[in-house]
Amino acid sequence: MSAATLHPSSTPAAAPASSGRPLPRRSFVRDTRIVLVRELQPVVRDPFSLVFGLVQPLVFLGLFGPLLAGSAGGTLGGDVWLWFVPAVLAMTTLFGTSVTGSNLQLDLSSGVHERMLVTPLSRPAQLVGRALKEMVPIVAQSAIVVLVMLPFGLRPDPIGVVLTLLQLAVLGIGVGSLSYALALAVRKQEWMFWVVQQTVLFPVMLLSGMLLPLETGPAWMRAVSSVNPLRYVVDSGRAAFAGDLASAAVAWGWVAAVATAVLGLVVGVRAMVRSAD
Amino acid sequence: MIRTQALTKDFVVSRTSTVHAVRGISLDVEPGELVAVLGPNGAGKTTTLRMLTTLIPPTSGTAQVAGYDVVDRPDRVRAAIGYVGQGGAGGASQLVRDELVTQGEIYGLDRRAARSRAGELLEALDLTEQAGRKVESLSGGQKRRLDVAVGLVHEPSLLFLDEPSTGLDPHNRANLWDHILRMRTAAAEPMTIVLTTHYLDEADTFAERVIVVDHGQVIADDTADALKAELAGDLVTLRVAPAHATALAAVAERAPGTRSVRVETVTESSGAPVSAVEIRTADGPGGTPGLLRAADAAGLTVSRVDVARPTLDDVFLGLTGRSLRETAVVDTPRGEPAEGGISTSSTDERATTERATDNDTTKKEVLA
Repeated sequence: MSAATLHPSSTPAAAPASSGRPLPRRSFVRDTRIVLVRELQPVVRDPFSLVFGLVQPLVFLGLFGPLLAGSAGGTLGGDVWLWFVPAVLAMTTLFGTSVTGSNLQLDLSSGVHERMLVTPLSRPAQLVGRALKEMVPIVAQSAIVVLVMLPFGLRPDPIGVVLTLLQLAVLGIGVGSLSYALALAVRKQEWMFWVVQQTVLFPVMLLSGMLLPLETGPAWMRAVSSVNPLRYVVDSGRAAFAGDLASAAVAWGWVAAVATAVLGLVVGVRAMVRSAD
Repeated sequence: MIRTQALTKDFVVSRTSTVHAVRGISLDVEPGELVAVLGPNGAGKTTTLRMLTTLIPPTSGTAQVAGYDVVDRPDRVRAAIGYVGQGGAGGASQLVRDELVTQGEIYGLDRRAARSRAGELLEALDLTEQAGRKVESLSGGQKRRLDVAVGLVHEPSLLFLDEPSTGLDPHNRANLWDHILRMRTAAAEPMTIVLTTHYLDEADTFAERVIVVDHGQVIADDTADALKAELAGDLVTLRVAPAHATALAAVAERAPGTRSVRVETVTESSGAPVSAVEIRTADGPGGTPGLLRAADAAGLTVSRVDVARPTLDDVFLGLTGRSLRETAVVDTPRGEPAEGGISTSSTDERATTERATDNDTTKKEVLA
């Protein structure tokens, strides 16, 4: 990260006439806002695009939820929806944000990314602004899923829902950043993006206990899942939906979400700063 | 405006192979110049541009752009320059106007000023009707005009254009150039423009200075006219019966201003073989009457005279022994049609294919 791009530069004593205009004040926050607004404009203009992201969670809720209720209902301790809906929200977050790097791939193969790199826009802001945008579809889609499930008997703790949506938004910043970092890392072999994304996605999903409880799995699976941040976010969502807001599970969920976000942003910013050659 | 010293760029491809894309380019571009960098694909044009626009650091050498070193003060360079890359600058799902407003904000305008600047540019580049449309719905020519508008939002004193008209049809190329030249002179001080191109006529018609690059080095640097006069010269082709060819070649050798003489055998439309004596000379239109009188005096009957002014391709051919056109066709990466691409020994055909989109000022035909 170059400090010079984040702070207003002092004018050199002998600025040549050709570039005598003073540099505009640069602020990281302003640059991030510019990128964020630009990324959000198409979403806001065409909110229907968010609906496509809802197909998958609704399929799982409609076609997997009843199976779960039938086969594992007894072991889940009561309400299947309180157990499964938070997991589906985490799944939506994971799927939605892990593919977002493909948007950057479009900008890499056209001239959009290059255009931005030639402007004085801060490079870290170009990553952070994009990553923050991920929060909007996550919160919007999750809220819709919760509302859709209310008529089917979902009765979550309202504060727990709000907290879970926020936690997923933070997780999404991290996963989205990692997806952007991946797109930047494989920009010379674009197809690698999908290979890596798919290879990572399904193990992470299955090892989070999203679809079936890990408690019934073998010990090695439980051990591996203990280093999967998504598992803590899923557990946190279940606790929060059930109204158990002060539980250790919720606290660990925040630790995992924030850690993912920090890791994602660090990796993503590094990839962005080096993305010109 | 631009000053480079022995600029080089190596790309390490693998442990055993390194591509020397740019091998020591030293350049000076003064404020207000319009410079075309010409060369076959892979010559190092784009790599040089990417160094000058702070996208990639040089391997060695220095470059000052708009008064600042590209490595030490990229922020200063970026604030001063405009850049129109080979790819499109507009995001597919963005609205045309939004992209210009965003670009204005990036350069420090507030939203209101950015909107008004966007309006000016939309008008100037004939995009007002498309302002509310998505970039993906624009035609090729409209997209390219948007790219130029995006590069001009902050009224840069120096504009880089990387193959601005590649992929456009002749009509849209001419239209784009109208806009570029108008924007250039509309600025308070004429904008300095550096463009790369592999369209010869584009460099010839619009650039005040042509820098020819090959294998990562500058091999010629002057006005198009000077390059053509010094490095190629005019081509006078005299047709004569095969029996007289050698004698006519000898006459031509002795004529003032002659640089080289070549004899080719061609077949006329009637089917009869005829010899074409090709004379490279400093002044074709001025020297030809004398040449014809000398031929007459020697009893040689010239049946046809062509005087062709040289093209930049002749310059490149003279410099490297290769045709820029052939090289470009072989190396064209995205399969875009590099127009022409045919090289024949007939002067007539060559002149017409090469200059198909140009007006006829470069070629004068005299029937004897």
